[in-house]
Amino acid sequence: MALSAQQIPRWFNSIKRSSLITAAQLRNRFQRPGQIWLHGLSAQPQVSSDSCFLQWGFKTYRTSSKWNNSSQFTKSSGQEINSAQSTMLPSVNEQSQKIPTFDSELSLEGLDDVPPLSPLQPISEQEAVRIIADPPLPPDSFTLRDYVDHSETLRKLVLLGVDLSKIEKHPEAANLLLRLDFEKDINQVLLFLKDLGIEDSQLGAFLTKNYAIFSEDLENLKTRVAYLQSKSFSKADIAQMVRKAPFLLNFSVERLDNRLGFFQKELELSVKKTRDLVVRLPRLLTGSLEPVKENMKVYRLELGFKHNEIQHMITKIPKMLTANKRKLTETFDFVHNVMSIPHHIIVRFPQVFNARLFKVQERHLFLAYLGRAQYDPAKANYISLDKLVSVPDEIFCEDLAKASVQDFEKFLKTL
Amino acid sequence: MGAAGVARLHGLFATYKPPGLHWKHLRDTVELQLLKGLNAGKPPAPEQRVRFLLGPVEGSEDKELTLTATSVPTLTNHPLVRGPAFTSLKIGVGHRLDAQASGVLVLGVGQGRSLLTDMYNAHLTKDYTVRGLLGKATDDFREDGRLVEKTTYDHVTREKLDRILAVIQGSHQKALVTYSNLDLQTQEAYEMAVKGLIRPMNKSPMLITGIRCLHFAPPEFLLEVQCMHETQKQLRRLVHEIGLELKTTAVCSHVRRTRDGFFTLDDALLRTQWDLHSIQDAIQVAAPRVAAELEKNLRLGLGTQQLHSPGWHGDNEGPSPALEGWAAGGAAGG
Repeated sequence: MALSAQQIPRWFNSIKRSSLITAAQLRNRFQRPGQIWLHGLSAQPQVSSDSCFLQWGFKTYRTSSKWNNSSQFTKSSGQEINSAQSTMLPSVNEQSQKIPTFDSELSLEGLDDVPPLSPLQPISEQEAVRIIADPPLPPDSFTLRDYVDHSETLRKLVLLGVDLSKIEKHPEAANLLLRLDFEKDINQVLLFLKDLGIEDSQLGAFLTKNYAIFSEDLENLKTRVAYLQSKSFSKADIAQMVRKAPFLLNFSVERLDNRLGFFQKELELSVKKTRDLVVRLPRLLTGSLEPVKENMKVYRLELGFKHNEIQHMITKIPKMLTANKRKLTETFDFVHNVMSIPHHIIVRFPQVFNARLFKVQERHLFLAYLGRAQYDPAKANYISLDKLVSVPDEIFCEDLAKASVQDFEKFLKTL
Repeated sequence: MGAAGVARLHGLFATYKPPGLHWKHLRDTVELQLLKGLNAGKPPAPEQRVRFLLGPVEGSEDKELTLTATSVPTLTNHPLVRGPAFTSLKIGVGHRLDAQASGVLVLGVGQGRSLLTDMYNAHLTKDYTVRGLLGKATDDFREDGRLVEKTTYDHVTREKLDRILAVIQGSHQKALVTYSNLDLQTQEAYEMAVKGLIRPMNKSPMLITGIRCLHFAPPEFLLEVQCMHETQKQLRRLVHEIGLELKTTAVCSHVRRTRDGFFTLDDALLRTQWDLHSIQDAIQVAAPRVAAELEKNLRLGLGTQQLHSPGWHGDNEGPSPALEGWAAGGAAGG
């Protein structure tokens, strides 16, 4: 629940040391019937020369029923994209100067006799100069652009390389970042990540994906790293895993344990091979397990590979475990039935499952048109499958097809 | 890159749609590649904003505070805060191709989308190569459809096929004249008919302006079809009907569009060429030809307007679709 900006007049921002407007004056000025105004303003001086901010927390802020309707704010702010989600509050922190949050009770003694300050009252030149009349921050917004210049936390995050335009798509993440203090909360996590081995240049990408790490307890994170180390993952391994799968450290120890156990049981690989597999593709641990189970069944029952063949293919290309089932079956159908490649050769070159189907089709049809589609290693002019799918077009045309790229393009236009 | 890049991105270009790809996926892929190209540029220089900050006056001893204008760095327009500069492009598709068919597919970007309407209203013919297979009949006339009938085809010869194609072409020629609603008694209409320029300039069923057999090796045969107002399914049905006329059955194994109006296979961009620079170059290369052809067709259309048969003017309810098309063409071409 936020106040709309129109409720706060501009001069309200110009709180300066001695001529402070106390809370009671506010209350007398703006109180609506039936509304309890629990807004406290600190009397602390503003040292920094940037504009000062009001800090509102919403836990103890009680409003009357008409303000509870969030649709009202949609109309007034006109910019909320999703009023069902929690709106973003401008609780902006100064650099190291933290204004203590308001008291939950208002002190009402002896303040009723102070007259309110009128904007038409003449003031001295000195005081006039001290009025800071910057436009107030919007109380809610759909973008972090409005707050980035006023929040040291956001500024430092941008300089680190965090992509705020992606984070602002998640309102709860944006709220979290606005409310955090760089020195107290974020610094600790960053130092921890650096200790793990993540470089400065990679921190930005990591935090863009996993902004939730700021709400994790540092102790828990350390426990999880200790657990991984106890399973004989080296420091470099752990750094690589965390970099490639940013959500890894958000998983509890028992969840990680369950997942590692699942892969060991399902794939029946040795401990070392399972470890290598997980280090190469750590998103196996963070992703869902259902596609993996289904893919294992597909390989065994539908495509007809034996268990040791599947193990071999997976150790070579771990991505096969999470591949799309439809693409797998279509690729296999083409490679096995149209190109007539038997199972044992496919096992030797599992890269075909990683390649785009149209690429395999176009290249095979071109070779078939030229009469060079020979995939049996025993015979002459043998073309290996991995070269077929992985080399770029120029090398394919020159070495494998012995034709020019223009011929290949002309052929493609006849398909 | 951004603004200059998108300024050159208005117009028509042709792509080669491979078989098995839905036309919408092609359009989305092209859009993604163009956006990637437009957003890839060097990041802008860090910006500054002017703020009036309170500080002591320079040169004076006393602690008087005054406002001074200072330029401080601002992050509001930083790429990481603002996001990518381009998030969507307006790309339209010309005459569509269904998923199984392949060939020339014309796309229009930005201002070129209105040229797509002009191309549609010009009612130009399209060229197809249709591959047929004798001996089977299926429910959707395609080779992989549900089999309905199997027949022998030994009696089919090239001459019989050519005779049937000639009959088809003749009957469609007559239909061309009928649907064009022209009064053939006038001299201009006769001259146009002699030159072969008569065609309907409003909605009509599929009309074949030319059909011939390129290759005949039973059970396969290859036809070249020039037609207008067609769908690929109707072309497959045509193959099925040719089979029936030949007292056997036939299915269509492939439909490939080789020309769409004035865009030919040479202008079509392959999948590897669907990136910003190739598309910009293709638009530039095609632009003068597109303008000239649309202008010519507009003049032709306006000329035919005067030759319409008297019975046609009985429709006084509102502007006819043909007139609307010419008006739109005039607005764009003029």
